Formats: sequence, C-alpha cells, structure tokens
Amino acid sequence: MTAPSPRALAWRRRGAAFAAGWKQYASQRAGLVGLGLLVLIVLLAVLAPYISDQQGLDVTKATGGRMEPPSGEFPLGTDRVGRSVLLLTLWGARVSLLVGFVATLLSIAIGTIIGILAAHYGRWVSAGLMRVTDFFLVLPSLVLAIALSTVLERGVGTIILAIGLTSWPSAARLVRAQTLTIEARPYIERSKALGGGHLHVIGKHVLPAVLPLVFVNTTLAVGSAIVAESTLSFLGLGDPDPMRPSWGSMLRSAWLDSAVIAGAWWYLLPPGIAIGIVVLAFTMCGRALEAVLNPRLREG
Amino acid sequence: MSDILTPTEDALAEAPPPTRGGGALRYVLTKIGGGLVSMALVVVLGFLLFRVLPGDVIQTMFRGRPASPELMAEAEERLGLNKPLFEQFLDYLWRLLHGDLGQSYVFNVPVTDKILERLGPTLLLVGVATLIAVALGLWLGTRSAWRRGSRFDRISTGVALALWSTPTFWLGMLLLAATSGLFPTAGIVYSDTAPDFLSQALDVAHHMVLPTITLVAVIYAQYQLVMRSSLLEEMGADYLTTARAKGLRDDLVRRRHAVPNALLPTVTLVFLHLGFVIAGAVSVETVFSWPGLGLLTYDALRVRDLPLLQGTFVVLAGAVILMNVLADVLYRVLDPRVRAS
Repeated sequence: MTAPSPRALAWRRRGAAFAAGWKQYASQRAGLVGLGLLVLIVLLAVLAPYISDQQGLDVTKATGGRMEPPSGEFPLGTDRVGRSVLLLTLWGARVSLLVGFVATLLSIAIGTIIGILAAHYGRWVSAGLMRVTDFFLVLPSLVLAIALSTVLERGVGTIILAIGLTSWPSAARLVRAQTLTIEARPYIERSKALGGGHLHVIGKHVLPAVLPLVFVNTTLAVGSAIVAESTLSFLGLGDPDPMRPSWGSMLRSAWLDSAVIAGAWWYLLPPGIAIGIVVLAFTMCGRALEAVLNPRLREG
Repeated sequence: MSDILTPTEDALAEAPPPTRGGGALRYVLTKIGGGLVSMALVVVLGFLLFRVLPGDVIQTMFRGRPASPELMAEAEERLGLNKPLFEQFLDYLWRLLHGDLGQSYVFNVPVTDKILERLGPTLLLVGVATLIAVALGLWLGTRSAWRRGSRFDRISTGVALALWSTPTFWLGMLLLAATSGLFPTAGIVYSDTAPDFLSQALDVAHHMVLPTITLVAVIYAQYQLVMRSSLLEEMGADYLTTARAKGLRDDLVRRRHAVPNALLPTVTLVFLHLGFVIAGAVSVETVFSWPGLGLLTYDALRVRDLPLLQGTFVVLAGAVILMNVLADVLYRVLDPRVRAS
C-alpha cells in the first residue's frame, strides 16, 4: 500500500473537519430549523416557473377582481389589478432572494479585500483604507443608496450595486481584526522566512483562516440586504417591470393602492411576513454557524 | 448594518485609546481631524455622485417627462452643467461654504431654505424617538444582561431582534392599519386646529404618536443589544466581586458599579449606529407623510430633483459625522480613567 499524497491527506482532513462541524451544527435545533426554512424557500423560488404560471403576473391578463379578499381561487386574495397575491409573493421571492444574495456577496467581497489588504500591508495603506472604512461605516447608508439608485438606471442591478457598495464596512473591520490576529502567528513568520511573497501568504494562509468568519458574516448579512432591498423598492427605486415583482415593490403597490385604508390585510401581510421569515431563517443559520466556527464563542 | 449582532468585541478593542502623556488633547485633535477628513469626503462624494456617475444629469432629471431640447439646454445652463467639471466643483465648493446648496428644481426655492424648513419636524421626531428608544433599550439591555439566559432575557432579546429586522415602513403600515381612525394618518398638524400654542402642541403630539412608536420599535433594539453585550463584558470583572464581598445589595452593585462602566462603550456605539436611525426616519416620514428631511429626501428622489437630493445627502451625512466626532470627544470627557491622567 502506498502512502497517500499530501493533497489527499489535506482533503481527508478537511472532510473530517467538515463532518465534525456539521455534527456540531446539527446539534443546534434553531440552526436546523433555519436551514430547513431556507432550503424550502429557495426551492420554491427556483421552482416558481414550474409550479405556477408567470402569465398570472401580467396586469393585462389578470383574472381576479379589484383587491378581492382571500377565496378558494385566490388563497391570499388579489391586488388592485386582480393578480393573485400568493403568486406575487412566490415570484417576489426570486427577486428579493437574488438581490439579497448577490448584494451580500458583493459587499462581503469588497469588505474582505479591503480588510485583508489593510491588515496585511499595515502603515499607510492600513491608515488610508481604515479611514475610508470608518467614513462609510458612519455614513447613513440608506441615504447613500438612495442617491446611488437615483443617479443610475432603475432596476435590480442598480439596487444590488447600491446595497453592496454601502454595506461592506462592518465586514472590512471584522476581517481586518481577524487578519491581524492570524498574521501575528508564528506560521506566517515561518512562511515569510521561507520566501513566501504577499500573494502566497494572503492566498495560502490568511484567506483560508479568515474565510469561516467571512462565511458567518455573509449568512448574517443576507437578511439585512433583503430588508434594504425592500426599503429601496418601497421608496420606488426598484425594478419598474410588473412582471418582476419583489416583496418590497409589492408593499409599495399596497401602499400606493391605499391597502392600509381599504383594510386589505391580505395584500399587506404576506410580503412583510415573507421578509420576516427569511431574515429570521438567515439569522438562525448565521448564529448556529457562528457557534460552530467562531472559536471565541465556542470556549465561552 | 449586520454588525449589530457582534458589535462590542471589535469596538471595545478599539474604544479605550492608548493613554500617553498629553494624550487627551492629541486624541481630541485626531478625532476632529478625522471628522474634517470625513466631512471633506462627504462634500466630494456629494458632488461626484451627481455629476460623474454614468447617466447624464439632465437625462436623469427629465426621465419619463416630455422635454424639448431647448428646455434641456436651458436647464443645463441654469445648473452650470456646461462648464468644465473642475470649475463646477470649485463653484459648488464656494457656494457650499456660503451655505448655498443650489436651487431646488421642483419647489423652485433655495435648497437651504427647504432643508431648514424641514429640519424642525425631523429633529422633533428623531429626538423624541431616540430619547424613548435609548431609555427603553438601556433598561431592557441591563435587565436581560443581569439575568442572562433567563426567560426575560430570551424573550426581550428575541422581540428586539425581530423588530430590528422588520422593514420599518411595513411596521408603520401595520400600525396604521391596526389603529385605523384612532390617529391621523399623515402630516404633522390639522389645518383647522386653533392657532393657540396648547391646541397646536396637542395636535402635533397626536400626529406624532404612530411615527414615534414605529421609529422607537425599530431602533431601540440596537441600544438594548449593545447595552446587553457591553454589560456582559463587565460581569466577570473583579471589582464586581469586590463590591459584592463588601455586602452591597445586588441592585446597588448593578446601578453604581456595573452599569456606569458598561455605559461608556455604549455611548460611542450608539452614535456609530446613528445612520440606522436616519434610515428609519426616511422610511417612517415617508409612510406617515411627516414633513421632515426624510420625506424631503423621498420627494426629491420621486421627482428626481437632483440639487435637493444632493442637499439632503450632504446635510444628513454631515450631521451624522458631526455627531460622531462629538460622541468621540464626549467619550473622552466622560471616561474617568482618562480624566484623571
């Protein structure tokens, strides 16, 4: 029998670490519930074209009456033009989740790069980058996002950009702090002494050590991004196409159509509750992940 | 915004500045300098955002409206957009230094006047809501940290987190729907209210109830969570054991010893999250048509009044940065460890 290659050993070690981590994650009920909810919602959103008819979103082909209360045909009632609120909520999940995920990835990517660079290079780079980070951290991000989405073309891309560009500072600070503690360890010094360059040290040693924390932060940040999306859409900065509703733009229509005064609770509640459930699910997953991956919490 | 869940370790690590000889003055000057740099960044960003980004300013302004080329050329001339960019910037800077933020395109009055007119209602709403939220948050945070893991802790932290992650505007709409008829749905005062002070004040208070509740519900969570984790950090400290060993009653240990120390980092963090309050105010004012700066921002973006939007951006961002510098200086003054040196 030949000895396994270092690469295979490394993979086996990762597999074992993953299995141990999963076992720890699975021991937390809230984390499992959150994960289950998320899988269910993502599945529903992805499968929306197969389990429902997109034509139902077309305002010219709406079959229901004006703001009908829930009935057998429309389990959650209809909106002002007679579209099914259930269908709208289902399709709204697609845009809201997409914006939530992509905006968070963008913001985490910016935050990770800036955080690692600031910690790795130190001195002037660090001072400059952290000055900018602190500036964006304090800046009222909604106001900046409003300004950005007003100037750019209206649409999903703009909203993603606006959220991503305004929400990265907390990730940058977290990553910087983590990178600083990692870089103080002897194995980084060893790597440098053996001739490892900046790219090698960052790519092979710092990044893998920082990633778990980044992952936790991502999970927690998606919820905020979805809430931010709903706020921007509510203010009228979302995609104007009625065939691509999001939960935020649904609430905007409900508001503009005076659903509050008409007492059309079936129009008002589903999008908001959907947002609440998704945010809660992400928070539950994030907290459970944090307990698994953050050594500081594990000790305590 | 997501950093509210794990804010303190990071902030605590940075909060107590190194105490060196002559540190206090140096610290204050550094903070003021940093604030000035941030202010300059806001000013530059406010300019660049509305000039350089893709999408012609004039096109953006007239989007969705019929406009003749002459009308567009006239608007370009009036806004000074036909000059070189650098000249425009100097122009903008010069006028900004004189408190001139340009002419609102829709209201056709100076932006500064419009902002000053809307400042009062926002200060009233945000001020009252922040005071209530801070009091509520600190009280709940202290109680839940002191009895960590108790039912009170779990429930109040859960409720705070749930409200914190609810879209502000949705909460406002729900409140409106739930209390339909009990409170006014829009504005700050009825036009037919008697002009004497008492009736006016009562009417404003009546109009304020729902917006204030909404804003408090959304922002008190951050004060509670920050206070909770900040107090938890202090819980293991030796001086608390000493205080108990002296025979002090439990609530005295809490009030005289633990809470004052936990309050210090909370002060800075509270100001750090002020942007969140501003965001809440924009949503709340929009839903309740409260005639403040938030509604002005909404109006400006709805009709693409770029000078007005630029003005509200510079003023809101500037105000938040100013408050943060003040908080940093205040922190230095409040901390007895520093005052003594």
